[in-house]
Amino acid sequence: MCGIIGLLIKPESKRSRLGEWVTPMMDCMGDRGPDSAGLAVFSPVGDGPLRRFSLFCGQPGFDWTELGKAFERDTASEGNLSAIENHGRLVSPIAPESLEEWLSREFPSVHLLSTGRSIEVYKDQGHPAEIAERYGFAGLAASHCVGHTRMATESAVSPAHAHPFTAGEDFCLVHNGSLSNPWSLRRRLEKRGVDFETDNDTEAACRFLEWRMREGESLEDALKAAFIELDGFYTLLMATAGKLVLVRDAFACKPAVVAETEDYVAVSSEFRSLAHLPGIRSAELFEPVPEEIYSWSL
Amino acid sequence: MESLELESIDLQKLSVRQLNHYLHHEIGTTSPSRVEILNPNGLHNIAVGLDAPVRVDVRGHGGYFLGGMNRQARIVVHGNVGWSVAENMMSGEVQVKGFASQCAGASAHGGLLFIEGSASSRCGISLKGGDIVVGGHVGHMSAFMAQAGHLVVCGDAGAGLGDSLYEAVIYVRGKIHSLGADAREEPMAEEDYATVGQLLSRTGLDCSPREFKRVASAKTLYHWNVDADQEY
Repeated sequence: MCGIIGLLIKPESKRSRLGEWVTPMMDCMGDRGPDSAGLAVFSPVGDGPLRRFSLFCGQPGFDWTELGKAFERDTASEGNLSAIENHGRLVSPIAPESLEEWLSREFPSVHLLSTGRSIEVYKDQGHPAEIAERYGFAGLAASHCVGHTRMATESAVSPAHAHPFTAGEDFCLVHNGSLSNPWSLRRRLEKRGVDFETDNDTEAACRFLEWRMREGESLEDALKAAFIELDGFYTLLMATAGKLVLVRDAFACKPAVVAETEDYVAVSSEFRSLAHLPGIRSAELFEPVPEEIYSWSL
Repeated sequence: MESLELESIDLQKLSVRQLNHYLHHEIGTTSPSRVEILNPNGLHNIAVGLDAPVRVDVRGHGGYFLGGMNRQARIVVHGNVGWSVAENMMSGEVQVKGFASQCAGASAHGGLLFIEGSASSRCGISLKGGDIVVGGHVGHMSAFMAQAGHLVVCGDAGAGLGDSLYEAVIYVRGKIHSLGADAREEPMAEEDYATVGQLLSRTGLDCSPREFKRVASAKTLYHWNVDADQEY
């Protein structure tokens, strides 16, 4: 089944409430996907060379302080590291490829979940409500976010197979559905030098879109290509630093509902996970139609 | 007019299971003839399987399967509904004042489903004798494999309307994006105008039966045709 959620908060003054509003959405959609969950939140780190890196290590009791010290010593880069349980959050001017290279050499058990000037990703195995609690989602402040609750039908249940998937910088995607041609897509992308981290079908869609964008297309144009190239069922919710984008495949078997008020745009698999939002009774509510690209910018 | 006894049930205080237990077992004994459901908040399975002559007002948006398997009740939703509203309804009436998501009235055997707004894809899929009236549009693959009953669409119909249709008849007032396999437009006969007029009069919608087109099965799929080369 799987559940998808997304929230974009329009006035800056209300962005401190993102976590408070989105956490009940995720808890509720835990009914649709109880095996793992993830959330990508976007808030600009500021102008300048700093990037945000989200790190994950599945080893219990992993010493993040040690990693922070080793990072400064080995890379001669400044880095501000904070950590909660399995997740580390590094803010640093280091180039992403240098960080990846250093991590794979020094800390091969640590995975880079996301890179960018705005994005931050949390994902883990377990019930979504428990994951939201573990990582303090309720306290998050950001302009927009996308989240996912997974009921695995296609590849393993693991933190790495949890959504959101990311590719490149400041881009992520969550998916409800299943693709039937991820491997042919993947073989074509691999020939063009695109690396994969898992055997998950959603990762193929994510990397396909990011590759098209890297080749110069807008996300909207990349999605038009995806309508032709992706075979299968999907409701896809994506985010970049500046927007939230939603599409459903031609059959539209996988649900989605959108609620918009002057304060927010909220997307979910089911209305019941939006029922707690302020002003929902007077929100403009609609069900997105097949193969239409819905995009909301900050 | 005689005032109706009204029982109000708040789904922030009771579960859907408790609500349905009450509607199945206590209506008819304590006999309120009218039940109001507050804070439905998109919950699934609200007021399913009702078999008592009660009027139910749902004050807000419902989730999946609302009013499913209804036999005697008249259910009015003052909001939108999720998937499969009134699915497998046997008789009675379900009215949705907002819009309905996919599979509205799926496999309904009887009764009237009236959606004032638009219905999403697969409206009336596998309809088995019920009547559906939609004030707005219907989405793609509506009335797919519908076997008996009527689907009246006051707005437009999406792609693949009436695909693999059996004996159900579809009436569309607006544009038809495309017809599905074996569905065809046919001339309206006097009995078609009468059927549409009678269904519209039950909903209070103000449009003329003369504005509707009839879509029914061409029946070419009724028998296996070895020469058809699977090209329908």
